[in-house]
Amino acid sequence: MTASPRDRADAPPRLALSQISKSFPGVKANEDISLSVRAGEIHAVLGENGAGKSTLVKIIYGVQQADGGSIAWNGETVSIPSPKAARRLGIGMVFQHFSLFDAMTVIENIALGLDEAVDRDELKARVAKVLESYSLPLDPEREVHTLSVGERQRIEIVRCLLQKPKLLIMDEPTSVLTPQEVDRLFETLRQIAAQGCSILYISHKLHEIKALCDTATILRGGRVVGTCDPKVETTRRMAELMIGSELRSIEGAHGGTAGMARLAVSDLSMPGEPPFGTHLKEISFEARAGEILGIAGVAGNGQAELLTALSGERLAASPQMIMLDGKPVATTGAGERRAAGLACVPEERNGHAAVPDFSLAENAILTARYRLPLAPQGFIRLGAVKRFAQAVIGRFDVRTTGPAAPARALSGGNLQKFIMGREIGQEPGVLVVSQPTWGVDAGAAAAIRQALVDLAAKGSAVVVISQDLDELLELADRLCVINEGRLTPPRAVADLKIEEIGLMMGGIHGQPEGAAAHA
Amino acid sequence: MLEWRRRREPSTAMLYLSPLIAIALTMLMGTIVFTAMGYDGLTAVYDFFLLPLLEPQRWPDLGVKAAPLVMIALGLAIGFRANVWNIGAEGQYIMGAIAGTGVALATYEMSGWWILPAMALAGILGGMAWAAIPALLRTRLQVSEILTSLMLTYVAIQALYYLVRGPWKDPDGFNFPQTRMFTPDQTLPIVIPESLVHLGIPAALLIALVTWLVLEKTTAGFAVKVVGLAPAAARHGGFSAERTTWITMLIGGGLAGLAGIFEAAGPFGQLTPQFPVGYGFTAIIVAFLGRLHPLGIVFGGIVLAATYVGGEIAQTTVRLPQAATGMFQALLLFFLLATNVLITYRIGLKAKPAKVAP
Repeated sequence: MTASPRDRADAPPRLALSQISKSFPGVKANEDISLSVRAGEIHAVLGENGAGKSTLVKIIYGVQQADGGSIAWNGETVSIPSPKAARRLGIGMVFQHFSLFDAMTVIENIALGLDEAVDRDELKARVAKVLESYSLPLDPEREVHTLSVGERQRIEIVRCLLQKPKLLIMDEPTSVLTPQEVDRLFETLRQIAAQGCSILYISHKLHEIKALCDTATILRGGRVVGTCDPKVETTRRMAELMIGSELRSIEGAHGGTAGMARLAVSDLSMPGEPPFGTHLKEISFEARAGEILGIAGVAGNGQAELLTALSGERLAASPQMIMLDGKPVATTGAGERRAAGLACVPEERNGHAAVPDFSLAENAILTARYRLPLAPQGFIRLGAVKRFAQAVIGRFDVRTTGPAAPARALSGGNLQKFIMGREIGQEPGVLVVSQPTWGVDAGAAAAIRQALVDLAAKGSAVVVISQDLDELLELADRLCVINEGRLTPPRAVADLKIEEIGLMMGGIHGQPEGAAAHA
Repeated sequence: MLEWRRRREPSTAMLYLSPLIAIALTMLMGTIVFTAMGYDGLTAVYDFFLLPLLEPQRWPDLGVKAAPLVMIALGLAIGFRANVWNIGAEGQYIMGAIAGTGVALATYEMSGWWILPAMALAGILGGMAWAAIPALLRTRLQVSEILTSLMLTYVAIQALYYLVRGPWKDPDGFNFPQTRMFTPDQTLPIVIPESLVHLGIPAALLIALVTWLVLEKTTAGFAVKVVGLAPAAARHGGFSAERTTWITMLIGGGLAGLAGIFEAAGPFGQLTPQFPVGYGFTAIIVAFLGRLHPLGIVFGGIVLAATYVGGEIAQTTVRLPQAATGMFQALLLFFLLATNVLITYRIGLKAKPAKVAP
C-alpha cells in the first residue's frame, strides 16, 4: 500500500491498544492485547473463531468495556463507554450482520442510522457526494429488499463514511460476498485508506489479508501470538500461527473414480417454509459412488431447504424425485432414509444435528439407532450406545471427558467432529453434509475433510454443501452452484476457474453477467 | 450489595434443592401472612405441612389424596417434557369419572370381577377422548392446547352437573343431585384391611415406576425428551412432533381419566357435584415440584396431599378457612417458579469489575 499517505514516523499512532483484557465467566476472551494502527493503515486482526477478535473490536467500538488495559487515540488515553462515543471520536464500524430495514429505501436507512437529525435534502447531497467520490454504485432511492448483499454492505459503509471516520472497523466483511463483490469491496477499502482513514480488518481468511492488508496482528486463545507483514509472510506460516500447530494436508482428494449413481435427484421442487424459506426449483443432480460432489452458493439460496428435503425432514410430492441406490425415497421419512443408507448432517449443530442438553451417548442414539443395533424393539441398550459413542470419540479425536459429557460442554469443532464421526461411523452409502467445517478450527477442519475423502474412497457418495469455496475446491470432484433455489449442472472441478464459479454464484443477485448461471 | 450472577453451568444441586427451598419459603411466608391476619401462624403452618407427615394415623389419608395427584402429574409431566402443555387434566379427570360411572350404572344389576376393570378402561378412554380434542386442534389447526384443554375443563364440569341432576340422578336418592352408590363389584378394593388404603395407591406407585422406565430406557421416552428440548433435532432424528403430541396428550388424558374413575369408585363411591376438587390443577404443581421426574412426582404428590389433609386439620385447630389450602398451593407454585432462577444464577456479593477469577 505505497499509495497510503503515512504520518511522520514520530507521530502517535491513530489507535493504540495497551494490554487490553476482558473476561467472561469461564473464559478470558482477551488477555494483554496490545496493538497499534497508524493513520491510513489497513491492519488485519487475524484469528480463528473464538480467538477473541469480536470481543476486541466490541471494546474498541464501545459495545463492551475492557476489564483492564488502556486505549490511546492519536496519543491520548481515552475511554469509550458507548458506540456513540466511539463515533464521536471518529470510529465507524461495519458489522458482519447488517441492521437494515428491508421495506425502506437506502436513504431512509441511512437517515435512521445517524446520531443527529439531518435535513433530508442535505443528507441526499452528502450521500451523493460520498457515492461519487468513492465511485460506489448504489441507488439511494431503491428499497433495501431489492438489493444484493454486496449493495446492502455498501449502505453500511456509506453510513460510516458520512461521519468522516478516522478508523473504520470491518468485521468479517466478505463472509456473504461473491468473489467479484469481494474485489469491488477491496477497491473501495483501498481508496478509503488512501485518503488517510485507518482500517481494522477482522477476518480469518488468509488470502484476503494477503491481498489487502499492510500489517496483521494474529490472535489465538485471546492473546496476540504474532504480528507480521502479510505481504511478506507465507500463508502457511500465518495459518500455523493462527492455529498453533502444523497444518496437515489432505491426502487422496480428487483421486476417486466415480462409479454408479448412489443418489439421484430429479426435478425436485418444494415450497420453502413460510415466511422466508427459499423455494427449491427443479433441482436435479447425481452423486456417484466414490466421488465428492460440491454444492457452492451464497448463504440463504436454498442450502438449508435442500438439506432437509434430502434428509427426509420435509417430504417431496412424488417418490421418484429422490432415488437412493435405485429406490424411490422422496416421500419416506428421515428414519427410513437413514435405514436405507442416506445420512445427512445439517449446518446448525446445536439443536438440529445434536441436542445440547443431551450427553454424547444420547446424541448418538438420535440418528445412529436406525443403522446400528442401539435400541432394538424400542429398548435402549445403554452399553452398546456407550461403546459406539466411545468409538466415535476415539476415532475422531474428540476432546471430551467421555460419552457422558453433555454436548453443550464441547467446543464447536469437537462437537462437529463427534457429529461427523457419528454419521460416518454408520457407514452410510450416501452422506450429505452442510458446512462441515463451519466455525471449526483448522486442525479439526482438516480431520473432518480427510474423513470425507476417506468415506468417498470406500465407495460412498458424498455431497458437501458449503459457502467456503476453498473447501469445495480442495475436496470436490464435481461442483454445482445453488442460487435462488436452482442448481446449476455440475462441472468437473479440475477444469473450473474460480472466476467462473464466482460468476455462477453472482447470478443470485440478478447482475447481468450472472445470468449464464441459470442456463 | 447483592447481585445475580449467571452460572457457567446450570447447577445440578440447585435442580433438586430449589423445590425444598420453595417449600421452606412457602412455610415462612404462610407463617407471616397468617400471623398478620390474626391467626396463630406458626401452629397453622405446622398443622398444614408437618402434622400430616408426622402422625402415622394420617398416612392412609395422605396416600388416598396423593394417589390421584401422582397419577395425573405423571401423565402431565410426560407432556410437559415434550412441550405439550395440557392444563386441562381436571376436565379429563372428570370425564374419566363420568365414562367409568356410565359403565357402573349400566352394570348396576350385574355382578362379576370384570366390572371394575371395565370401569377403569372406560375411565381411561373417557380421559383420552377429552384430551384428544385439544390434540386434534393443535396438530391440525395449530390451536394452543393450553387454552383449549383449560376451557374444556369447564365443559366437563357442566356435563357432570347435568348428568347428576338429570338423567343419572339416583331414583331412590330423595332428589339429591347424585348418582346411585356403586355396588361392591364396582368399588375399588381396600388393600390394607380396616384402612382407607385402596388399590389406587399401589397402582399409582406402579405407574410411576413404569413411567420412569419408559422415559429412561425406551426410544419412546427418548422421543418425548428430544421433541421437548430440540424440535428441529427431533425431526432430524426421525421423530414426529405431531405423533408425540398425540401420544403425550392421550397418556395425560388417560391417566387423569383413570385417576377420576378410581376416585369415583374409591373415596366417593358415586358421582356428586362436589366431585371436582381441583386435583387436575394441583397435579400441575406436583409435576413441577417433582421436577417432571417420576420419582420426584411421588414426593411432590405426598407434599401436596399434605396440604389437603393439613387444610382439614387446620380448619378445626386454628379455624383457618378452607380457602387457605388453595392459598398455600398457590404460594408453593409461586416460590417454585421463583426459585428456578437459582439453577442458572447464583447470588453473590457485588464486586468492583476488577480481575475476579471466574
